[in-house]
Amino acid sequence: MASRFSCLCLLLFFITASPAEIAGFPFESETQEQRFRDLSSELRCLVCQNQSLADSNAGLAQDLRSELYEQVLTGNSNNQIISFMTERYGDFILYKPRFAMKTLLLWLTPILLFSVGIFCLIRFSKFRNQGQQTQVSEEELQRIRALLQAEEEKQ
Amino acid sequence: MSQPVDTQTSSEQQAKPKAKHWVYLLPLGLFAVLMVFFFFGLGLNPRLIPSPLIGQPTPVFSLPKLSNPEEMIQHTDFQGEVSLLNIWATWCTSCRQEHPVLMKIAQSKEVPIYGLYYKDVPALGIDWLQNYGDPYRDNAVDEDGKVGIEWGAYGTPETFLIDQNGIIRYKHVGPISWHDWETTLLPMITSLRNNNGV
Repeated sequence: MASRFSCLCLLLFFITASPAEIAGFPFESETQEQRFRDLSSELRCLVCQNQSLADSNAGLAQDLRSELYEQVLTGNSNNQIISFMTERYGDFILYKPRFAMKTLLLWLTPILLFSVGIFCLIRFSKFRNQGQQTQVSEEELQRIRALLQAEEEKQ
Repeated sequence: MSQPVDTQTSSEQQAKPKAKHWVYLLPLGLFAVLMVFFFFGLGLNPRLIPSPLIGQPTPVFSLPKLSNPEEMIQHTDFQGEVSLLNIWATWCTSCRQEHPVLMKIAQSKEVPIYGLYYKDVPALGIDWLQNYGDPYRDNAVDEDGKVGIEWGAYGTPETFLIDQNGIIRYKHVGPISWHDWETTLLPMITSLRNNNGV
């Protein structure tokens, strides 16, 4: 129990540690700081590829963070900063891929699959209902009753 | 006993599902498509990030030379002949591995190699070149890594092939092997030279 508690404390320490590091850059306004936070978590570190610039401690991530910091301070727009990054590192640096011709499939597949799912749901549930509504003629009913009776008598 | 009931209903009901038998093959088909994607997708190396700089002119920069900080190397120095730019540092272990290959390339005199000495102390680089040999025509010292960012460097060593018009033609990430030189770089250099960069 004690070890679990200390593990939890350790985890909490790391959770609180990362924003403090981002705050290491002094900003003139809160909007600037917010933009810096948003952009550094939207951009990917190319060295440790499953971390954002905000999370990574790799040398390159630190360099790109200070590049980002300078650009936010000089008042470059988000678009300007993002194109600065993609002109050098390609779309790979974006955690959120752009909506473009080559990413069309990526963006539209969920919608496509959802519609296919809805279509199947409607189509096949209808089919099942039709299957359940079997028409039984009076003659057949009589035969069924007779069969059931025969079974009962057997028992 | 159950025979007569079956024969009556089967002729009507079986006609429908029979026409849709292909539906049951759909999951198998989707699985096959997925496997093809996985086969090719998982074979890719995620460390090899395609460079958007290919086909673009070399980034604009001006940096002091390693051999003489008074003199500068600029992007315009790449114009006029096919050349290589190798990004390296003494803290980079793969660069040590690559170094003998660069020496061999330099000895072949096929192409001049420029170095971008990336995020390292100049004195260490000078020592390295004295100890292991110097394959470079010149080295540009990029101590803070700013010019490295301009070149989209993310993992040393990285090597760019630049044509005689100063256009980046190819990027190799990781140490160059002699095999890479013979099969990829040298043929590209020869063809760039023959076609005058077109």
